[in-house]
Amino acid sequence: MTLNTDWAVRWIKGSAAVVSEHRVELITLDREIGDGDHGENLDRGFSAVLLKLDDLPTDATPGDALKMVATTLISTVGGAAGPLYGTAYLKAAGAIAGQAELDGAAVVALLTAARDGVVLRGKAAPGDKTMVDAWSPAVDAAAEALAAGLDEAAILDAAATAAEAGARATEPLVARKGRASYLGERAIGHRDPGAQSSALLLRVAADAAAGA
Amino acid sequence: MQRQAPEVTGVSGKVGLVFVSHSAKIAEGLVELAAQMAAGTALAAAGGTDDGGVGTSFDRVAAAIAAVDSGVGVVVLCDLGSAILTAETAKDFLDDAVRERVVIVDAPLVEGAVAAAVEAEGGGDLAAVVSAARSAIGAFATEDRPSVDGGAARVPEGYSRSVTIVNRDGLHARPAAEFVKMANTLDVPVTVNGKDARSLLGIMSMGLVKGNTIELATTSPNGRSAVDALAGLVESGFGEH
Repeated sequence: MTLNTDWAVRWIKGSAAVVSEHRVELITLDREIGDGDHGENLDRGFSAVLLKLDDLPTDATPGDALKMVATTLISTVGGAAGPLYGTAYLKAAGAIAGQAELDGAAVVALLTAARDGVVLRGKAAPGDKTMVDAWSPAVDAAAEALAAGLDEAAILDAAATAAEAGARATEPLVARKGRASYLGERAIGHRDPGAQSSALLLRVAADAAAGA
Repeated sequence: MQRQAPEVTGVSGKVGLVFVSHSAKIAEGLVELAAQMAAGTALAAAGGTDDGGVGTSFDRVAAAIAAVDSGVGVVVLCDLGSAILTAETAKDFLDDAVRERVVIVDAPLVEGAVAAAVEAEGGGDLAAVVSAARSAIGAFATEDRPSVDGGAARVPEGYSRSVTIVNRDGLHARPAAEFVKMANTLDVPVTVNGKDARSLLGIMSMGLVKGNTIELATTSPNGRSAVDALAGLVESGFGEH
């Protein structure tokens, strides 16, 4: 079953809910190795996104919805997550522009463009203890799932599972990008908050597709 | 959303500067500091989030760039990582023609801002202002800083001369800028206590105050008049008493 704008809207509403629910967890993770604002910033951003959902035209495509998320996050999230997620959603929207229904290849294109957007903006590589450590395995797993002939929901599930493992795998790492890089070895043992929020958002994308 | 437009507009023919900081106070303080040496240059602060918190705001950065852009270029200086990300994102959203003349410089914020402001005030083009800001990167890297009172390296050839600083506040920002401006017009390299006389940050970082004696030196056989000109400026007290 292909994914349409209803899926995108469910993903967005679910994202706002999950970010709100995990606000304290993300703040705590960020306080340990960053400036402690990740949960609050994302919650503020997605609350603003939620308000704008009502303004979305009835004929909006999934790409239109993701573009709205991008511009809203960019102007409402005060930390690094604003430009990073904003660019991710913007590139993702561009990769699926004009498509009313997303097939498996489109889902992989969306995820790949989002990952590339994060890399473009943050210039981080896998292993730097950043969002890339969730996005990179997610894209690889999604591509494998597509090649194995799985459907859209299963592709997103594979991506989310890989992102969750990737987020957990940031714990033993020393950060090479972002505020945590100032901490050196003191960052070891702490999960990267950006990787964690990325995994949460991808899990919601999978859940929204499973309920389609 | 409440958009706070900075109270400046681009100054015709001059490169504008935008200071992006997580803190509104830091950004505003930089405008205040840089304006001392660049009163005729468009400077805009883009600090803090839209609701006045600590962070950076896409809208504030975008508004600041628009406010100082007179068409010849804008140099953006940023503090920590996400300020750079926000500035880069704001730049991506500009029209192609405008984007080409906006340069984000990775340089120490305070030193880079001062160096860029002096260059912009002097009418430097975009490349010159960018280069001035970048020159701040190595400004404080010198390990063996010569002592303030003499101690300059031996000058085998050339000419050197000691002068005493007479103006009340020493070589603070404005006199230092005046000194560097003159040094830049001279054809020969001159050092102040072993540091390049053309480096504003090098000069300012010595913290020279009234009563300090400095060694002006050149290794150039033809450098005598240059050293004497700079010595004359120092002895004139820069118009201060």
